[in-house]
Amino acid sequence: MIPSLTIILLCQLLGEAVTRGLGWLVPGPVLGMVFLLIFLGLRDRIRAKLPEFGKTLDSTGKGLLAHLSLLFIPASVGVVQRLDVVAQYGLGLVVALVVSTFVTLVVTVVTFVVVSRLSGSSIETERQGATHD
Amino acid sequence: MTDPSFSLWVYLSQSPLLWLTVTLAAYVIADRISMTFRRHPLCNPVLMSVVTVALVLWATGTSYPVYFEGAKFVHFLLGPATVALAIPLYENRRVVLRAILPMMVALVFGSVTAIVSAVWVAELFGMPETILISLAPKSVTAPVGMGITETLGGDPALTAILIMLTGVIGSIMVTPLMNALRMKDWRARGFAVGLASHGIGTARAFQVNSLAGTFAGIAMGLNALVTALLLPFVLRLLTAD
Repeated sequence: MIPSLTIILLCQLLGEAVTRGLGWLVPGPVLGMVFLLIFLGLRDRIRAKLPEFGKTLDSTGKGLLAHLSLLFIPASVGVVQRLDVVAQYGLGLVVALVVSTFVTLVVTVVTFVVVSRLSGSSIETERQGATHD
Repeated sequence: MTDPSFSLWVYLSQSPLLWLTVTLAAYVIADRISMTFRRHPLCNPVLMSVVTVALVLWATGTSYPVYFEGAKFVHFLLGPATVALAIPLYENRRVVLRAILPMMVALVFGSVTAIVSAVWVAELFGMPETILISLAPKSVTAPVGMGITETLGGDPALTAILIMLTGVIGSIMVTPLMNALRMKDWRARGFAVGLASHGIGTARAFQVNSLAGTFAGIAMGLNALVTALLLPFVLRLLTAD
């Protein structure tokens, strides 16, 4: 777990260094994700000779993502304490959020499904991906 | 002559230990409740934990900076978690590459819808322009959304609140809505919630299905990029008349 976490942190560090060093607008962790993608591609090649290489990376990363909800708590608590700002503008803002989120979900999912049917890339993937429920 | 329980409280309230533990405990309890109700949309772990922690802070008269001293260790992990999105992405790379076209079209339609629909409804309620600007990037991940608002002359603090609420609203809405629409494609379901409700929506998607989570993560990243590029133009068109 510690070697895996080190690799993930190294990717983030590299991402932060590049994006800040070159003055890019991309957030450091996003660039770090690209570096980890490259690393995963290299890992597959190294694994041909060393099958144990980077074995725990998948479980560490997935463990982190399984508890993504936890990571939003600290920032959200700060935000909840300032709900009075929203209250000040009344119901209109909440209605706008609910309506817009609803319409956005519908438009996005329908567009995705329609285009995927038209371009012939739909059915086979429906059964993929394990359900964790 | 200090009361020992009082000096214990003084120690705990000043050390990161207490608030880190409270954050984790609130999450563990909320996650258990969510699992007991088989991930029922209304048992949203983020919402339940945030309300719990906020009530504890209010009851103990603890300020947010003191709380954050402990909670920052959890907050820090958002960066590594973003990096870790590469793992399911790499694992599903063939499925993802085959879906490039539907993703790109859904991204443009979804991104514009997210901005325009929010601004239109708020305009119906007669909201002033600074509010409209602060509302427009509500579907984008918080650091990027707040940055956009700041550049365009809105209120980043208000944007942060609206982003958080959008995340929770989308996470609660997505499962019943997709089931009602009879959408069975996990790629499309995940992509929609990641686009509409960023990281909090992505967290929900990972709880339900790993492929949905992967597509949610991609949508979150792409929507941040597209909204940052499109928003100035879309806003100018919307507020011109």
